[in-house]
Amino acid sequence: MTRLPPMTATRRQFLIVAGGAGLAPLLTPAPAGATADSMAAAIREVVGEATVSEGKVKLELPPLIENGNAVPLTVSVESPMTDADHVKAIHLFNEKNPQPNVASFHLGPRAGRPKISTRIRLADSQKVIAIAQMSDGSFWSDSVDVVVTLAACLEDSPP
Amino acid sequence: MTRALVNIPKQAKRGETIEIKTLLSHPMETGYRRDTMGRAVPRDIINRFVCTYNGVEVFRADLFPAIAANPFLTFYTVATESGELKLSWTGDDGETRTETATITVA
Amino acid sequence: MSLFGAPRVRTRGIMALAVVATAAGATAPIMSAEIPPGERRSGYEFMSPETRAMQDDDSANPGTFWVLDGETLWSQKAGEANRACADCHGDARDSMKGVAARYPAFYAARSRPIDLEQRINICRTEKQKAPALAAESKELLALTAFVGRQSRGMPITISGDRLIEFLEAGRSLFHRRQGQLNLSCSQCHDDNWGKVLAGNTIPQAHPTGYPIYRLEWQGLGSLQRRLRNCMIGMRAEPYEFGAPEQVALELYLMWRARGLKMETPGVRP
Repeated sequence: MTRLPPMTATRRQFLIVAGGAGLAPLLTPAPAGATADSMAAAIREVVGEATVSEGKVKLELPPLIENGNAVPLTVSVESPMTDADHVKAIHLFNEKNPQPNVASFHLGPRAGRPKISTRIRLADSQKVIAIAQMSDGSFWSDSVDVVVTLAACLEDSPP
Repeated sequence: MTRALVNIPKQAKRGETIEIKTLLSHPMETGYRRDTMGRAVPRDIINRFVCTYNGVEVFRADLFPAIAANPFLTFYTVATESGELKLSWTGDDGETRTETATITVA
Repeated sequence: MSLFGAPRVRTRGIMALAVVATAAGATAPIMSAEIPPGERRSGYEFMSPETRAMQDDDSANPGTFWVLDGETLWSQKAGEANRACADCHGDARDSMKGVAARYPAFYAARSRPIDLEQRINICRTEKQKAPALAAESKELLALTAFVGRQSRGMPITISGDRLIEFLEAGRSLFHRRQGQLNLSCSQCHDDNWGKVLAGNTIPQAHPTGYPIYRLEWQGLGSLQRRLRNCMIGMRAEPYEFGAPEQVALELYLMWRARGLKMETPGVRP
């Protein structure tokens, strides 16, 4: 799994998604710019003005993606899952698909283990981000850069 | 026929965390594909999944076109009491498909 | 002595093919080397652990849906004869055990081999007096998946003197350069298996899991669909569904995979 290099102490450790503010180092600008902005906007819709810290969340995707049509993904969060301290929701975002949202999972103390597995579609090599919303109002995240290639022998004739 | 495969333990100890595995047959048509005539194939996805435990919602998922065809979803829940687990998938067309399973908790 | 010797197959005919092939190999250096029996591997072994897990777990393998649909169709009365498969064949778990593992098989009435899809349609039209099921139709895929599932875990077995000429035809097709890229199947799948092509590892092309749930298709499909897919990828004109070349290739591929275990319904990238 490709992971981002660790942030150094001199750089901001958290992602600020304040209205109009520049994108934090967590988001590397895409060449066209459009989809990274729409991902930021989608994140902002969920997170509002809150800060999102890296940590507590573990996003797992295979290092080599055999086919972008069905990519296995597992996301888990460190949390005691008690009434007082639990994961309320986990949101998944991507950078280069036509839409930035992938899924939102709503949990609670009855979840027991905040760990979800699914299969997603990835249109291109890109970043996938998971953001966990905790019961105390804090947000935590993890991200993975993945490489997606086209199948060698496509079924449709080339144009 | 829209089928669902659900894997839930039939029994569990009180307070034990159990894994629920689900697979639904559904094309999850994204709305971004084009047919051979170049026309956009309309979006048709499952956009919501809910699990209730004796009527109480214990897990909910909002799904988008980025979820792969034949959606596979696994999650956990605490075995609190014996009863019925109900899983529902709702599509863009508003139709809901439901599977139920009983669990014995001792 | 024979390049193609396999413990289960001892007919005179198969030895004859081995002699022909050995001679061909000696006089026609463009023929690629066959994969030694000890090195043959199912496409399963070239997949990531995650995709393998998807195949192994029936409740995570979307192919299961087609198997379940096939199970339903098996007991459904059809056609003017108002017969279900079950009426003649009883419980498929008994009657269909091992069947898919030995197809394509020689069909005397047509003096040629037929594949499982053709066999099912012969039953449909002649016994049930129902219209044939279209190639790649949901129903035909469901029935082949259901019948194929009954051979899961069993070794592929192709044998019979009468198949020799068709095996040879299949083998020539496999070795024939074709299309804009002037490539033969053999060049990738005999000579370069295990190497990586555009992000995917080239498998040996053994049809161990058909019909397969292919991630690229986001659905289940037959071996013939996959062969057409390959040929389009090679920029060659693909054979039509049901063409004799398709059946000859299927036959050769299954024979080439003899001894490997069936995995239907397989999952493949």
